[in-house]
Amino acid sequence: MNSPPSSEPVIELRGVEKHYQMGDTLVKALHGVDLKIFPGDYISILGPSGCGKSTMLNILGCLDQPSIGQYFLDGLDVSKLSDDDLSQVRGKKLGFIFQSYNLIQQLTVVENIEVPLYYQGVSEKESREIAVDLATRVGLGKRLDHRPTELSGGQQQRVAIARALSNDPSVILADEATGNLDSKSGGDILEIFDHLNAEGKTLILITHDEGMSQRTSRTIRLKDGEIASDKRREGTAQ
Amino acid sequence: MIQHSLLHEFSLFRLKRSVLLGIKSLWMHKLRSLLTAMGIVFGVCSVIAMLAIGEGASYEAQQQIKELGSQNVILRSVKATDATTAGEQERSLILEYGLTYRDIAQIQATVPGVLVTIPAREVKDFIWNESRSIDSSTLGTVPWFPEMRNRTVLRGRFFTEVEVSSRAPVCVLSQSLARHLFPLSEPLGDTVRIQSSYFRVIGVIQDDPAAASSETENKNARSDATPGAAMEMLIPISTLEDHFGEVLFKYRSGSFEAEKVELHEVTVRIDQPDQVMPAAQAIRHILERNHKKVDYEMIVPLDLLRRAERTKQIFNIVLGSIAAISLLVGGIGIMNIMLATVTERTREIGIRRALGAKKKDIVVQFLIETVMLSGAGGLIGVALGLAIPLVITHFAEMVTIIEFWAPALAFSISVITGVLFGIYPAFRAAGMNPVEALRHE
Repeated sequence: MNSPPSSEPVIELRGVEKHYQMGDTLVKALHGVDLKIFPGDYISILGPSGCGKSTMLNILGCLDQPSIGQYFLDGLDVSKLSDDDLSQVRGKKLGFIFQSYNLIQQLTVVENIEVPLYYQGVSEKESREIAVDLATRVGLGKRLDHRPTELSGGQQQRVAIARALSNDPSVILADEATGNLDSKSGGDILEIFDHLNAEGKTLILITHDEGMSQRTSRTIRLKDGEIASDKRREGTAQ
Repeated sequence: MIQHSLLHEFSLFRLKRSVLLGIKSLWMHKLRSLLTAMGIVFGVCSVIAMLAIGEGASYEAQQQIKELGSQNVILRSVKATDATTAGEQERSLILEYGLTYRDIAQIQATVPGVLVTIPAREVKDFIWNESRSIDSSTLGTVPWFPEMRNRTVLRGRFFTEVEVSSRAPVCVLSQSLARHLFPLSEPLGDTVRIQSSYFRVIGVIQDDPAAASSETENKNARSDATPGAAMEMLIPISTLEDHFGEVLFKYRSGSFEAEKVELHEVTVRIDQPDQVMPAAQAIRHILERNHKKVDYEMIVPLDLLRRAERTKQIFNIVLGSIAAISLLVGGIGIMNIMLATVTERTREIGIRRALGAKKKDIVVQFLIETVMLSGAGGLIGVALGLAIPLVITHFAEMVTIIEFWAPALAFSISVITGVLFGIYPAFRAAGMNPVEALRHE
C-alpha cells in the first residue's frame, strides 16, 4: 500500500491503543494502530464521527498519550514523556490549526503568531520579525495590530496558520480547518495548505469531508478505532 | 558566564511579556478588576493609616512626658468635691484645702530618691498692663522651676534665689500671656499690675505644655481654670506670700470667696527613672495619711506614658484586626475572581498548552496577573493611606507620623496577599487537561 520510504519517517505509531474509562465500561478508542508518516507527506485522515479521529489527533498532537504502544516523533519516543517534555515537543515540533481558529482574544494578530515562539524562549526582536514575516505571507501584513474579533473567519484561520508555522514545525496538524468557513474562504485556506506542502511541509488534515481525499496525496480512513484503508493517490510521488 | 546572562535576559523578557499580558487581561475587565482590588485598597490603606496614627500618638505621648519631665511627680491642690466640703463651708467662711509645707517636708524626709521639690502657690486674679487685662493665674515658685519642668526661658531671665530671699517684685510671663498683655510692645522691663501690686517683667517663658493635659486629666478639679490655662505669670514664692497673704480672696461677679491654700502645686523630682513609680506610691501613701479629703491631685508623667502606650496598643490591635480582615476579605475576593477568570479562559489555557506552554508557564501567568491585581490595589491603597493621615491631622488635630517603611510594608503585604490567594487559581489553571481545555466552550 505504502510506497517505500525514501527517508526516515517523521511519525511512527507502533501498536497504539487508547482506552478510556467511561463509568464501568472500558472504551477502546484506538486499537492497534500502526502508521508511518514521512517528511513531505500530505495526508487526510477521514472517518465518520466516533471512529477515533479526535483521539488520533490528540495522540499525534502530543496532547494525550497512548495507553499501549509507542509513538516516535522525529525518532523520539514521546509515548512515555513527562508533561513538561510533552509541552516542549508540542512547542518545538508541532503546529496546530483548529476548526474554531483558537486565537487568543486579547492578543493582536502579530502577538498571536508569536505565542509558540514565546514559549520557546525566542527573543522579542527575533520573534517579532518572524511573526511579521509570516503574517505578510498569509496576506495579513496590513492587519498586524488587529484583534481576532476584528477579522473574518478566513482571516482568523490564516492567522492560525501563520501561528502554526512560526516555530517551523516538523508536522502541521489541522483539525477540520475549513469546517467553520464558507467555500470561498475554505478554498483559500486549502490553497495555502497545498502551497505549504509544495514547499515540503508535512501536513495532516483531520476531516470528515470526503472531498479532501482528492486534494491530499495520501488518505487514511479510520473505522472503529482502526485504520481501514491507507491509500496514496496515483501520480503523487513520495 | 554567557549562558548565565542569556538565561537572565530570557527570564526578564518573559517577565516583561507576562506583565504586559496581565495588564491586557486586567484592562479588558476594568470595572471588575477595580472592584476586585477594592478589598486590598482598604486593607493597605488602613495598615498605613493605623501605623501613622499609632506612631503619631506615641510620639505625642513621649513629647508630653518629655515636657512634663519623666522623673517628676506633680502634685496639685484641688478643691475637694462639694459633698465633703459643704459642712465645713458653713462653719467657716474661709475654705481651707490643699497641699501643705508639712507634706513636702515629709516627702523630702521619707521618700527615697527625692532630689528636690518645687513648691508653688497660685493666685487667680486679673493681671493688668495699663488698660489691657486678663483673668489669669499667678504662680509663686522657686528659681529652679524652669529647669525642673523643662520649660525654656525664651527672653530675658528667670528670677534668682537672691530675688526670692529679697522678695523682689519681679515676674516672668508665659509666652501667651506676654502676647496678650503686650501685643505690640516689648514686655521686658515693663510692669504689670495685680490688684494694687506692681511687678517688673524680667523674662518670658515657654507656655506650660501640661496645662492642656491636666485639664483633661481632672476637669472638675480645676473647674476654675480659665480657657487660656497656658497664660500664667511666675513670681518668687516669697513675693507672692508678701503681696497676697495666706488667705486668697476672689471677687467674682459680685460674690466673693476666700480660700486658704498653703501650696497650690508641688513638683517632686526623683533621682532615678526606675524609682519614679515606687516613689509615687510612697508619696500617695503620705498624702493619703495627711489628708482626710482628696484635696490634691497627682500627675505622674511616667504613668501617663504607660497609659498612652497601652492605648496605642489597643488601638493597634483594633486597627490591625480591621486591616487583617479587610486584607483577608480582599484576598478572598481576588481568589474568587481569579477562579472565575480561570474558568472563563479555559480555552485560552488549552491553546497555550497546545502551543508549548508548560504547567509552570500557566502558573506564572495567572500568578503574575493576581499579583498585579493586588499590587495595583496596594498602590491605590498606599496613595489613600498617605492621604488619610493628612486628613486626620487636619480635622482631628492629631499628630500622625508616616514612617518611610510603612507604605513599603503595606505594599508588600498586598503583594503577598496576591501570591497567597493567587496560588490556588493558578494551579487550578495549570492542572487542566489540555484536550478538555481545548474542547471547552
